[in-house]
Amino acid sequence: MADQAFPIPGSLDATPSHGAALLEWLHSWVVTVDHKKLGILYIVYALFFLLVGGAEALAIRIQLVIPNNHFVSPELYNELFTMHGTTMVFLVGMPILFGFANYLVPLMIGARDMAFPRLNAFGFWMTAFGGLFLYFSFIGGFGLYGMGSAPDVGWFAYVPLTAQAFSPGHNTDYWALALIVSGFGTLGTAINIVATIISMRCRGMTLLRMPLFAWLMLVVSGLTLITITPLTAAQIMLLIDRYLGGHFFDTQAGGSAVVWIHFFWIFGHPEVYVLVLPAFAIANEIIPTFSRKAIFGYPAMVAASVGIAFVSVSVWAHHMFTVGMTSVSNAFFVLSTMMVGIPTGIKIFNWIATMWGGKIRFATPMLFCTAFVFQFLIAGLTGIMLSVAPLDWQLHNSYFVIAHFHYVLVGAIVFCIFAAIYYWYPKATGRVLSEKLGKWHFWLFFIGFHLTFDTMHFVGSLGMPRSIYTYEADRGWSVLNFWISMGGLIQAIAVLSFTWNLIDSYLHGKEAGNDPWDAWTLEWSTPSPPPAYNFAEDPVVRSRRPLWDLKHPQDPDWKYER
Amino acid sequence: MFAQGPQATPSIWAPASTPAHEIYGLSLFVFLITGAIFAVVGGLLAFVIIKFHARESDAGHEPAQIYGSVQVELAWTVIPVLIVVVLFLTTARIIFAIQDAPEPKSALDVIVVGHQFWWEFRYPKLGIVTANELHVPVSTSSNPDPTYLKLLSADVDHSFWVPQLGGKTDLIPNHPNQMWIDPQATGLYLGQCAQFCGMEHAKMLIRVYVDTPRQFDVWAKNQQRPGTQDASVAAGRHIFETEACMSCHTIAGTVAKGTFGPDLTHLMSRATIAAGAAANTPQNLRAWIQDPNVIKPGALMPAMQLSDRQIDEVVAYLSSLH
Repeated sequence: MADQAFPIPGSLDATPSHGAALLEWLHSWVVTVDHKKLGILYIVYALFFLLVGGAEALAIRIQLVIPNNHFVSPELYNELFTMHGTTMVFLVGMPILFGFANYLVPLMIGARDMAFPRLNAFGFWMTAFGGLFLYFSFIGGFGLYGMGSAPDVGWFAYVPLTAQAFSPGHNTDYWALALIVSGFGTLGTAINIVATIISMRCRGMTLLRMPLFAWLMLVVSGLTLITITPLTAAQIMLLIDRYLGGHFFDTQAGGSAVVWIHFFWIFGHPEVYVLVLPAFAIANEIIPTFSRKAIFGYPAMVAASVGIAFVSVSVWAHHMFTVGMTSVSNAFFVLSTMMVGIPTGIKIFNWIATMWGGKIRFATPMLFCTAFVFQFLIAGLTGIMLSVAPLDWQLHNSYFVIAHFHYVLVGAIVFCIFAAIYYWYPKATGRVLSEKLGKWHFWLFFIGFHLTFDTMHFVGSLGMPRSIYTYEADRGWSVLNFWISMGGLIQAIAVLSFTWNLIDSYLHGKEAGNDPWDAWTLEWSTPSPPPAYNFAEDPVVRSRRPLWDLKHPQDPDWKYER
Repeated sequence: MFAQGPQATPSIWAPASTPAHEIYGLSLFVFLITGAIFAVVGGLLAFVIIKFHARESDAGHEPAQIYGSVQVELAWTVIPVLIVVVLFLTTARIIFAIQDAPEPKSALDVIVVGHQFWWEFRYPKLGIVTANELHVPVSTSSNPDPTYLKLLSADVDHSFWVPQLGGKTDLIPNHPNQMWIDPQATGLYLGQCAQFCGMEHAKMLIRVYVDTPRQFDVWAKNQQRPGTQDASVAAGRHIFETEACMSCHTIAGTVAKGTFGPDLTHLMSRATIAAGAAANTPQNLRAWIQDPNVIKPGALMPAMQLSDRQIDEVVAYLSSLH
């Protein structure tokens, strides 16, 4: 920044013009290697694509509001649901989790930046380029008729539908290449987070004194390294098939379609945990703060998180009960999948035990987190139903499955993302988001969510499959689909009020101060927003809640923690 | 045994065949357990929200800090483990009962081939080939007559799902699969493709006609005959055999031996065309031949570029194929 008091020697006009100042400001964001700025870039990028993916979902719901609707063509519908899924997983879920990790992990562990700041910037820009590249397909990828066409093969992109014979043009190439590119960025950032947490903790912060948020991000980053690799490998094999005459998946030449399904879900199922563990991480910080109690069973929470990560790499074939595996394989994956329920249950019980005996303040972040616990409970129970292979033979690829995973992705993850934004927005901007708009946002979103996704369970069990651009009028699905679409509309209104809150509070919000929520982790000891390099002096901690120790010197945590 | 017959809504709650019924019974058990868990944990959460929300009076005081309890953690680890054991054993029993049921000698074999975007049904023992509408005999406890479906694909992945008759099984190229049904009430059962297979995945519908043994015999006898050779529609037949139609469609007993599209030998025995996308009426046939995209955009049959008179003659010919 130009310092007005000390003009640059030799410069005729030290005060930059308005335009030049703007340019310098933009430039500072492009070349930054600061973990907080990169974190904000990740989050803004993800929120932008959240709106794009949401708009795609809304178009899907308008198409399905009545049977045999002609709002969009079958071709466009298939592009919409493919792009909706791909966007929400790769351009929203992953970037936003890395955004929060980037912003918060160094602050929470008392570090002055990430371990590899330049790798950090590289990771973000690769991810950003991948997203833009994917969306460029709408105008650039010439499809069947020589015009722009987005990928339309489903976000799972099962072969041989993606082979040259069935997917001519370049839309499938855009899908594969965009994900390979953003995948490299993701790998870089995951390595960076692991390195930061292992080697950059401040004095006194042993692994078992780390905030659970940092623990979960360590687990997630490790899991990311395991999951992204098979996906990247499979996409490179797909491109070899498409352009270099490979036969990995070419069923006409003896290749295997089932191998792709294995590859995809060896990535795809751990990926679900890559997305949901950050939601747990957020809840692990917010629930104690607003219950005014330390997290219940910290060691059990750490063990459960690591346990979930381990079990999650052995459950992928529960997406494949209908593919025709042997009965023994089916039984194995039933058991491994059900076992995930045990550590997950431990987490839910610990959250409830943390709230038990507390003095719970239901500010907006806590409202979202409480709804998260409730919805995640239901998502877990429908997950148990789907793990029962014979029941999955009925429900697989039906709207019941759509309802189940949106309960996880929206009911758990998006609710926690909203909670996190309400909670840490004051730290990042120095302003508190409006509680009034926040309450509107919460209740509208809560009602819309349940109207949409509760109803989807029913229509799925009545035989409605996923990925269909329209349905028959006489199947008894029409009324339910109408209400599902109405719920989507209510959620859209809620997101608009949220967007308005983000903008309005940035300009006119209440000053936050260092510690608006009376919280206990290190980031709240810094000014809001924190200065470059975070801490003037390296902090020293003696317990999991350093700010609790400061606020209660006669009753500090380190006397009681085990 | 099952009171409900075929329904307009293809619900998994109205099973009409042993696999569907086994799954239905299992699902009730699973709902009972998950429902009980929901009641207990959801009840605890509701209690905590109501009982422990902050009140005006306790401003300024922090509640007692409790860091955890090994005994409690053990309890809520062991109880879920026991539940998992019970659920797993129950599930495994049903998996083996359905998936590994030995095929009786009397069973009817049908080969199902998935195509973009229609179903081919072949009855190897009976020498029948048809499309989109599957006929099977009813199976009763006194006279069990199950049907075993061998599932193949000619192009991409599909999935055969008729919820009232059983769970779905995928049709994957190079990966033959099998499933079985034994429908116990006659009538028409509806389903559709359940694995995204391309542009017209939504209009790849399945109709399963469950016939009495007599009806099934009559139907099978008719399907085994070659196509009718009615002189009054010779003009239409001539067009069919000289234009591109015969490259993709078969009409038994004529030179039309294409296999890319549905077998049309007994087209008039079917209630629908285009895999259930439209009723089988002369008007719809006409519209379909003129331009399939009007009924089913993305269908692989091209618009045939015939004159109005030629289309009328072809429709007349097709209408004679009973």
